[in-house]
Amino acid sequence: MKSFLVFFESRKTQSLLAPVLKLCEALLELLVPIFVAQIIDEGLPSGDSVFIWTRCAILIGLAAAGLAFSVVSQYFSAVSATGFASSLRRALYAKINDLSFADLDKAGAAAVVTRITGDVERLQTGVNMGLRLFLRSPFIVFGAVVAAFCVDAIGATVFAVAVPVLAVIVFSILLAGIKKYKISQSGLEKLTLLTGENVTGVRVLRAFAKENEETEKFAEADEKYTKAQTVAGRISALMNPLTYVVINFAIITLLYIGGIEVDSGDLSKGQVVALYNYLSQILVELIKFANLIITVSRAGASGKRIKELLDVKPSQSFAENEIISDSDSEIAVRFENVSLSYGDGAKALDGISFEVKRGEIFGILGGTGSGKSSVLNLIPRFYDATEGKIFVDGNDVNLYPKKQLRDKVAVVMQKPFLLSDTVKNNICFGEADETRLAEAIEVSQSADVIASKKDGLDEEVRRGGSNFSGGQKQRLSIARALYKNSEIVLMDDASSALDNITERKLREGIARLDKTVIMTSQRTTGLKCAQRILVLEDGKAVGCDTPENLLKNCAVYREIYDLQNSDKEAE
Amino acid sequence: MKKIPLKRIMKYMKPHMPYLVLSLVCSLIYALSALFVPVMVGESIDLFIGKKQVDFNRLWSILGVISGLAAAAGISQYVQGVSNNRLAFMTIMDIRNAVIDKLQKLPLAYFDAKPSGEIVNSVVADAESLSDGIVLAFTQFFTGIVTIAGTLVLMFVYNPLIALIVVGLTPMSLFAAKYFSSRTHAKFALQAKLRADETSFIEETVYNNKTVKAYGRERAMEEKFEIIDENLRKTALDATFYSSLTNPVTRFINAVVYAAVALVGGLSAAGIITFGGTITAGVLTCLLNYAGQYAKPFNEISGVITELQASAVGANRIFSLLDAEEEPSDKDGKIISGPGNVELDNVCFSYDKSRELIKNLSLKVEPGKHVAIVGPTGCGKTTLINLLMRFYDVDSGAVIINGTDVKEGTRHSLRDNWGMVLQESWIRKTSVRENLTLGSDIDDNRILEAARLCKADGFIARLGGLDTEISDDSLSQGERQLLCITRVMLSNPGMLILDEATSAVDVRTEVKVSGAFDLLMKGKTSFIVAHRLSTIRNADMIIVMRDGNVVDKGTHKELLGKGGFYSDLYYGLVE
Repeated sequence: MKSFLVFFESRKTQSLLAPVLKLCEALLELLVPIFVAQIIDEGLPSGDSVFIWTRCAILIGLAAAGLAFSVVSQYFSAVSATGFASSLRRALYAKINDLSFADLDKAGAAAVVTRITGDVERLQTGVNMGLRLFLRSPFIVFGAVVAAFCVDAIGATVFAVAVPVLAVIVFSILLAGIKKYKISQSGLEKLTLLTGENVTGVRVLRAFAKENEETEKFAEADEKYTKAQTVAGRISALMNPLTYVVINFAIITLLYIGGIEVDSGDLSKGQVVALYNYLSQILVELIKFANLIITVSRAGASGKRIKELLDVKPSQSFAENEIISDSDSEIAVRFENVSLSYGDGAKALDGISFEVKRGEIFGILGGTGSGKSSVLNLIPRFYDATEGKIFVDGNDVNLYPKKQLRDKVAVVMQKPFLLSDTVKNNICFGEADETRLAEAIEVSQSADVIASKKDGLDEEVRRGGSNFSGGQKQRLSIARALYKNSEIVLMDDASSALDNITERKLREGIARLDKTVIMTSQRTTGLKCAQRILVLEDGKAVGCDTPENLLKNCAVYREIYDLQNSDKEAE
Repeated sequence: MKKIPLKRIMKYMKPHMPYLVLSLVCSLIYALSALFVPVMVGESIDLFIGKKQVDFNRLWSILGVISGLAAAAGISQYVQGVSNNRLAFMTIMDIRNAVIDKLQKLPLAYFDAKPSGEIVNSVVADAESLSDGIVLAFTQFFTGIVTIAGTLVLMFVYNPLIALIVVGLTPMSLFAAKYFSSRTHAKFALQAKLRADETSFIEETVYNNKTVKAYGRERAMEEKFEIIDENLRKTALDATFYSSLTNPVTRFINAVVYAAVALVGGLSAAGIITFGGTITAGVLTCLLNYAGQYAKPFNEISGVITELQASAVGANRIFSLLDAEEEPSDKDGKIISGPGNVELDNVCFSYDKSRELIKNLSLKVEPGKHVAIVGPTGCGKTTLINLLMRFYDVDSGAVIINGTDVKEGTRHSLRDNWGMVLQESWIRKTSVRENLTLGSDIDDNRILEAARLCKADGFIARLGGLDTEISDDSLSQGERQLLCITRVMLSNPGMLILDEATSAVDVRTEVKVSGAFDLLMKGKTSFIVAHRLSTIRNADMIIVMRDGNVVDKGTHKELLGKGGFYSDLYYGLVE
């Protein structure tokens, strides 16, 4: 866990002082039995009230000093734990932006979110507990043993036996308990699953008249869970009685040894009481320590996962220097025998070659999973081709610096995404150029959308864009792409949620723009304005031509065309 | 504070009464034996007078008593723990089963009105919290009270003055604990809110990382994140620090009580104070031990009360689910069966009784006819299906299937007539076989034959056969839909309902699936909600719905000839 030390850097002093102060507090606590022993051995027989008063004053003094140490230590450990978590979160968040999409896919978006939120949170708790207790609890346990040895070596042998025995009992019960608990937890997950299915599938289950079967199925799983729970509970229920019996056995032995030693004159009454008091302190701290180890080991598992993410090396690198000579090639985008596979899987694209001329509207047609989005993903280097070459403006995409390449290309995603911010900021991302904004709004048919909102351009988008419909979101994200002022616009099934009239207007607007547009669709109707269309099936190009020629020569194109137009022709 | 529905919980606890009695008896034994151990330790300390003065016979018998007490305490504590678990787990199991049984009897309206997560939560999380509450209450509540009472009595017997000091001072530590926990509550709530905000920001920008990167917003987002995170850090620091104050402060107060007992006890034992009577060193040791532990049961009880509050909220949710009104019984209903006659007679229905939906709808469909239902979103298409399946009961009028008013038949026999494929394909996390048969005992050959007819055999083989475990995420939308169609094909019902069954499937898959549908529908009375015009056009009757009413019905030709809403809709659809 060395690699995490850097996140403590800015709060080093606090991180070091917190456990040290906690140690001081523990030391003070260990002194208490000694003063109580003094009261019994010296105060009581002599009847010296001043002596008793001062010893009790010392006890209160110890408590007050302990309180002070403890409060400062708690503060320092809170500062360093929360600070540590915060630095870690920021580092992780920045890390995500360094990673390529292939890296993120591998890590899994949901897993990444859990790393930054839940895992860091658990680590923070672990660090906080660790700083506070990691030194204190063992110190009290071992300190009590040492103190016992100082009081009386023979009596202290009881400690030397009792502490390891208790430790073994406490840890094995906790570990066994955790194991059984995990088993019972999976039973609970099954119950959750079944209930969820009963609720979401209520129509199907009733349509098939399966109500009684479902009740029985659940009862069966429920009984299994309850059994597992009972087993786990039986083990945990051992903890308190067993340690209690062991400690009392130790007390009995101690009293017996104490009796012999007092009788031989080697030990005083007060010293026996001191030993007895130390013994009582041990158990509480031992259980605290065992729980701490569990918390810390849980945090350790989170830490390991976080480290894995921090250690991922970005798989993409970009050039440093801008390409100065924009070759004024007539070809805006060119694919040369490009193949792509995501991760270990099969080929998403297989030997694709095509050219898009500057100013052309180019369509890509195909069903789900045919590779349409993959083609688009390669142009701004969201992913890197496994084989073949891609050129933008005559230059290999791999030669561009990140910013220059992504400035050249504007993308409208299949799933439109609006940030929780104003509509205006969602389109412009920063300072707005009013003329460009107006044009983007007009062409994308967003004027209606904005007009329908109370605050117009300043309307706040709610989380997940929930106050906008699918079609509205699509229009706004098209506006965003148009506002970006890039030469090339990629539209990934970007008008699927629009009604026919709006879609037509959008098409007409785009056709008027002086931009290279590449758009994908499942339907031939969605590509009406395309001058040429690339037809994909299972990642392979099965045609690339004008719509008229495709209709003549491309079977897949014709099939899709027929399916969508048969109804109309039948009239 | 919510009241705990004690009486109703007791009803479920009743069959497990022996555990309850055992638990209470054991906790009494445990608390009392544990209390007497320090007394015995004190007595043995008093034997340690000095050199050659220890009475070993007496010491032996005292040690014997201690081991007896410790054994009794240990055993009774274990038995108590195990009985508490039994009591709670079995009671909760019964409650959970009752809830699931109840779910099968609730009307569909209940499920449509409640988010599914809420219902699942009641069955799982609420029940767990109630179970925790029961265990904790029986483990600590009763024991705590016995311990407190016993300690008080013993202290008063030994030395009333010391007892008064302990009784007077200990509440300070309780107040301190209460003070800090109420102060930190608000800080924790704020922390939770900020954390949720941060999480949603992270989710938003990670799930949509493509947009962030496509527009080069990485740095801007990091800056925004840092502002959010700084707020969270500060609040977390506050919450963590303040909550961590409780322990040192209560520990300090307990140390003060301890010192006070040591002082007064020491002075009494030395014979300087005589008010409470003189005590021995052994009694002082025993009293110090009590003083050190007196606060513990109080803290435990207040912990139990907090836990019970959480349990009470859950318990009330569970019982309100159990109290929800069930569907009217159909025990004496007639068996509905026949060739597939469907009749709606002057049907009125609405979900929200203050807003009319379906009004005076009448309709007659002969066996084997195909009926297409068309209309804009929210026009009542799905509602009609809800009535045909008797997922909802009509407000007035009647749905008559095969000559029987569905209200007079049994639901099971009615639904046996129908096969249904919905827009949202429902796949459960189990084997392919279970998904197709839903637990019915059907021969594998028949299953595979149905799969072949529905063109589902190919991908089932690819998945690895009927025993392969599947879930929603492991299949594509098209594959899920094919399984749902196969499921209906297997049950081979006399009538069909297809509700936008292909709307979420892509174009090429739709071709495959529609073949399966044609096969399925052959010769069966079918109601189809569809967007594909060829399906609609081929129907024997088209029902045009708008705002909950049937505005027109007839064949495609007739309706188109009339002009009106249908032709608008039709040409709108084809552009």
